[in-house]
Amino acid sequence: MLTCKEFLTELTDFLDEKTTTEIRAKLQRHITECPNCWVICDTTKKTIQVYKGMESCTIPEDIHSRLMAAVERKIAAGKK
Amino acid sequence: MATEAIPAPPVATPGNEAPSDELDLVARAKGGDGAAFSVLINRYEGKVFRLAMNITQNREDAEDVLQEAFFKAYEHLDQFQGNSKFYTWIVRIAVNQALMKLRKRKSDRTISLDEQIDTGEDMVVREVAAWDPDPEERYSRDEIHTILTEAIDGLLPIYRTVFTLRDVDGLSTEETAEALDLSVPAVKSRLLRARLQLRDKLTRFFKRKGDDAFAYM
Ligand SMILES: [Zn+2]
Repeated sequence: MLTCKEFLTELTDFLDEKTTTEIRAKLQRHITECPNCWVICDTTKKTIQVYKGMESCTIPEDIHSRLMAAVERKIAAGKK
Repeated sequence: MATEAIPAPPVATPGNEAPSDELDLVARAKGGDGAAFSVLINRYEGKVFRLAMNITQNREDAEDVLQEAFFKAYEHLDQFQGNSKFYTWIVRIAVNQALMKLRKRKSDRTISLDEQIDTGEDMVVREVAAWDPDPEERYSRDEIHTILTEAIDGLLPIYRTVFTLRDVDGLSTEETAEALDLSVPAVKSRLLRARLQLRDKLTRFFKRKGDDAFAYM
């Protein structure tokens, strides 16, 4: 049986489905036997999900306009 | 000066190549087509600005980083080979620019994103409580936005940056490593810490009503 610490170390690969089948089976077994790690695994998965659903970042309008103006000047200067 | 160098073109990683329309846009931009370069800017400026904010935590600095990153990218377009996505490349440039800003601000030449990294203590799981099946439904969109933003702002810059690139922007672990000039194991361990810390912070808001913390201990 894995220790909780070993489980945590593998958690990122487990959630990203990057472990080998053998390790995956061990991790699966750990969470069926360890309620704490089950909760940590489940809530970490939900953490990633809520951030994935976060609306895409919009740039402030003033910063966008200044960037476009600066780049236009830069390109124009390069063409001379 | 070494710090002025722009990152070397990344090595090819199968599957991480730029989409073909990007190669086309870059080729046209190289030929002086400003409109093509504008398309690339519009595609990535929001993410680059957020990244710059994550690292500098200052609006003016982040704006400078944004402009300098796209200037540098434009000047060095011929070095972009299409072995990686344009975004991975511009992130690398932006991270370099952001670190230079921090160095100037703190007059510390050795600063890196990893400078304040903790040593294991930050992997501690403080609160173990099951969440609601749909934790977001208890809050309005604005409230959720505030909760998520404040949680992420409470992380160290390196964790915030790794988490944002990997889990919010959806880069692979390898692309994140390439963008931040870290090893793959370094990205993985930082990502784990970031995820666990965020989980801990969000539990306060999302745990099932009536459940005490440590109910499962
Ligand atoms: Zn356990």
